[in-house]
Amino acid sequence: MNEQPEQLRNFTINFGPQHPAAHGVLRLVLELDGEIVARVDPHIGLLHRGTEKLIEQKTYLQAIPYFDRLDYVAPMNQEHAFCLAAEKLLGIEVPRRGQLIRVLYCEIGRILSHLLNVTTQAMDVGALTPPLWGFEEREKLMVFYERASGSRMHAAFFRVGGVHQDLPQKLVDDIEAWCDPFLKVVDDLDRLLTANRIFKQRNVDIGVVPLKEAWEWGFSGVMVRGSGAAWDLRKSQPYECYAEMDFDIPIGKNGDCYDRYLIRMEEMRQSVRIMRQCIQKLNAPEGKGPVVVADNKVAPPRRGEMKRSMEALIHHFKLYTEGVHVPAGEVYAAVEAPKGEFGVYLVSDGTNKPYKCKIRAPGFAHLQAMDHICRGHLLADVSAILGSLDIVFGEVDR
Amino acid sequence: MDDGKLDALGQTIVSALPGAATGHTVAFNQLTVDVEAGKIVEVVKYLRDDPSCRFVNITDVTAVDYPSREKRFDVIYHFLSPTLNTRIRLRVAADETTQVPSLINEFPGADWFEREAYDLYGVFFVGHPDMRRILTDYGFEGHPLRKDFPLTGFVEVRYDDQEKRVVYEPVRLNQEFRKFDFLSPWEGADYPLPGDEKAGPKV
Repeated sequence: MNEQPEQLRNFTINFGPQHPAAHGVLRLVLELDGEIVARVDPHIGLLHRGTEKLIEQKTYLQAIPYFDRLDYVAPMNQEHAFCLAAEKLLGIEVPRRGQLIRVLYCEIGRILSHLLNVTTQAMDVGALTPPLWGFEEREKLMVFYERASGSRMHAAFFRVGGVHQDLPQKLVDDIEAWCDPFLKVVDDLDRLLTANRIFKQRNVDIGVVPLKEAWEWGFSGVMVRGSGAAWDLRKSQPYECYAEMDFDIPIGKNGDCYDRYLIRMEEMRQSVRIMRQCIQKLNAPEGKGPVVVADNKVAPPRRGEMKRSMEALIHHFKLYTEGVHVPAGEVYAAVEAPKGEFGVYLVSDGTNKPYKCKIRAPGFAHLQAMDHICRGHLLADVSAILGSLDIVFGEVDR
Repeated sequence: MDDGKLDALGQTIVSALPGAATGHTVAFNQLTVDVEAGKIVEVVKYLRDDPSCRFVNITDVTAVDYPSREKRFDVIYHFLSPTLNTRIRLRVAADETTQVPSLINEFPGADWFEREAYDLYGVFFVGHPDMRRILTDYGFEGHPLRKDFPLTGFVEVRYDDQEKRVVYEPVRLNQEFRKFDFLSPWEGADYPLPGDEKAGPKV
C-alpha cells in the first residue's frame, strides 16, 4: 500500500436523498477513509417551498397554516412562535383559558415529536419494535389534535390572540384519562431501550458535543441540555403560563447521543406533568372563560353575535378580507419547540401583511454541525448521530 | 431583563466600541445595536468575551430588504447570552456590493446562516470558505427573498419523457397571477379604485 501513496484516495458516497435513516430528504455526501468518516457535506433544500416568501404575500391569519408544515411532527409549537411574535407587536395578552389550551397542546406536540424521535432513532440503530409502540400513542394524540382543530396534523388551531375554538369538556377529560396509561408506555419503552446492550453500544459516547461548542454552533433545546446546560426557554424566559407550571428540566452530563435520548424520555414524563396541571387549571373556575381576546379588530366575533349585530358582521368581513393591521416594528419571539429554540423574527410595516418573517428553525443549526460532529466516527454512527440531532426537513428547508 | 437594564447594556456596548457600534434602541423589551459593516467581527468578539455580556450563542443571521433605501439590506444577527438570560440584535446596513465580514471564525454556527442570507438575498460575506447556495436548487439564478423577485419565480421544472430528464422552462401561468389588495380604500389606498379610473379630480 505504501508503494503508491498517490493512488490512495478517499471514497465518496452519496447518502440519500431517499434513505429511511435520512429522516426525510437529506442528501449527505460522505467522504470515507475506509469506514471512518473524513468529511460530511449535507445538501439540503430539497424540500424548500419558499415559506418565508409566501408569508410575505399573505395576511397574518393566512400565514398560520404555513407553520404547521414546517416541523410537521409538532405543528402547534410552530404556530405558537408566530402568534407570540404577532401578539408582541400588537401588544395583546391572551385570556387565561386560551393560554392553558395553548400550553396543553404544545406539550402534546412535544410528546408527539419526542415519541417519533426516540423510536425512530432506535430504528436507525436496529430496533424495530419501539416505533410500533410509539406510533400507537402518537395516533391517540393526533386524535386529540383532530378533536380540537378538525385536523390530525396541520391543525391551524392557534390564532393571533388565542386559539380558534374552545375545547369540549369531554375532550379535556379524555386527555386526562390518556395521561396515566401513557406513562406506562414510556416505562415500557424505557425497559425496551435504556438498558439494552445494542442500543447502548450504538449510542453511548457517540456524537459528543462539549457545551462550549454547543453554544457557538447555535444549538438549543435538547442539544444544549444534553451537554449540561440547564437551559430551557420555558423556565428561563417563560412565555404564556409556563411560569406557574411545576416541572423539571432534565440535563445530561456527557453530551452524547445516549444522554440526549434519556433527556427526551424524561421530557415526555415532564410534559405529561405539565398537561395534568393544565387540565386541572382548565377545570378550575378560574380556567373557564374566553379562549381568544375579545377585541374584534383582532379576533373574529362569535357566530351567534353576527346573527344579531351589524357591527359584528362588519368586523367579520373586514377580518377575513383585509385582516389585522399590525403596528410597525420588529420583534423576535422564540418558543421551546421539542427540537430546540424555534424563533420567528417578524418585521411589520403597519399593513395587513408581514414585511418579513424569518423562521429560525432549530434543526437548521443542528444539521450544519453534522460535519463537525461526525468527523472521525464510523459510517454506521452517522445515522445514529443524525437520529439524535432530531432533524425534520419541513423546518430545515422551509 | 427590563427595558432600563437593556438600555444600560446598550449604552455600555456603544461606549465600549466607538466607531463600531453606532447606536442602540430598545423596543418590545428587545435590544438592537447598529453596527458598521466592516467592524462586525470586533463587536461580536467583544459581545462574546466581555464578562458583562457573554453572548456565546449565535441564534440567527438573516437580512431584510428595503429596495428604496440606498443601502438596501439590513443584515440582522441575533445572539443569546445564557448568563444574562437576554438576547441582542445587531443590525448592519449593506447593499449588493458591501462585503460583510463573515463570523465563521468566531462562531462556526454562522456557516449555514450566512450561506442562507447569501442565497436568498445576495448579501456577500467575505472570509467564508464555502459560499455556496444552500436552500435553492443546484444552478438557481437570482435571490428569491429580495422584494423585486416575483413570487412565481422565473423557471419551472418538469420531467420530460422523451429526453428522460428534468427540463427547466420559463414559468407559464395558465391564469394571470392575482394579487388581491384588501387594504381598505377608506384608510390610505393611494391609487385609483377599480372602476374609478376615469373619474377626474373633483372640482
